[in-house]
Amino acid sequence: MVLTEKDYRLIAAIQDGLPLVNHPYAEVGAQLGMSEDEVIHRLDQMLKEGIINRFGVVVRHRELGYRANAMVVWDVPDERLEEIGALLGSQPQVTLCYQRARHLPQWPYNLYCMVHGRRREAVRGTVRRLVNDLGLEEIPHQLLFSKRRFKQRGGHYR
Amino acid sequence: MSMELSGINQYPASASFLREREGENVLSLLEKRLLDEFQHHFPLTSSPFAEIAKRLGVCEREVLETLKSLQERGYISRIGPVFRPRRVGVSTLAAMAVPRNRLERVARYINAYDEVNHNYEREHHYNLWFVVTACHRQRLQQVVEEIESHTGLPVMMLPLEKAFHIDLGFPLWS
Repeated sequence: MVLTEKDYRLIAAIQDGLPLVNHPYAEVGAQLGMSEDEVIHRLDQMLKEGIINRFGVVVRHRELGYRANAMVVWDVPDERLEEIGALLGSQPQVTLCYQRARHLPQWPYNLYCMVHGRRREAVRGTVRRLVNDLGLEEIPHQLLFSKRRFKQRGGHYR
Repeated sequence: MSMELSGINQYPASASFLREREGENVLSLLEKRLLDEFQHHFPLTSSPFAEIAKRLGVCEREVLETLKSLQERGYISRIGPVFRPRRVGVSTLAAMAVPRNRLERVARYINAYDEVNHNYEREHHYNLWFVVTACHRQRLQQVVEEIESHTGLPVMMLPLEKAFHIDLGFPLWS
């Protein structure tokens, strides 16, 4: 699916969320000169094509008590990246799992995952169990706990 | 560029217990269900809130007012799409090592970019972590270069290469 100019305008109009009104898609459409049906159809297409990953409520976990949030970075040998990425990515305790470019020499890490919990000790325990259960003792890793959130919202693409 | 500054949220350690209790106990069953059960498959129909109301056995107005209240109290960031990385525009994770006494000022400067959507302090030598999103690579590069020249500090760009697990929501009580 190739996104059209109209799709980009729709994305820009809803990137900060739907208006909380009886007919939100009609209201978004009215701003853009699109019908309600067209808005719904385009969003449905983007979901089916996987451009939109999910559509719904985006919660703020810190406010909901999940205050301990660790980004765990791993320095995985290139030849084991697929295997370990798939393994970590399939664990229910892991909410995101991404391969990113290394930044040598200062930053050798190439695999990132997020682990959330109510307390830091619990998050550390979760990561220790992942290391033991998945046999990752040889893979160097670090936990980077978040301290302050300066900004959190959806991406603005234009 | 939007000059609107996002609020800086800092929770002092002494308040953490209260906050935790707040997240646990102050929410009604309706609030919990709205937070937990509609992170995916939000209805794409003319009256989505009426549909949700029907499923939960309450009226549409109650759903709308409860969602507004959850949003005002900061529990909901938004109701809408989460895009798959690299399918719309370009983005990168970026990290900086900022001297402690400059951290807040640098964070505010970075927040002012409309292209920046996440920005966190993390406990590490690299203490500022943010995501830059733009419509094309040149603009992304330009934002990063501006941040470097304005702050005099290098920005480490860590672009995504492959997603093994993408954002599928955050199970709360289910």
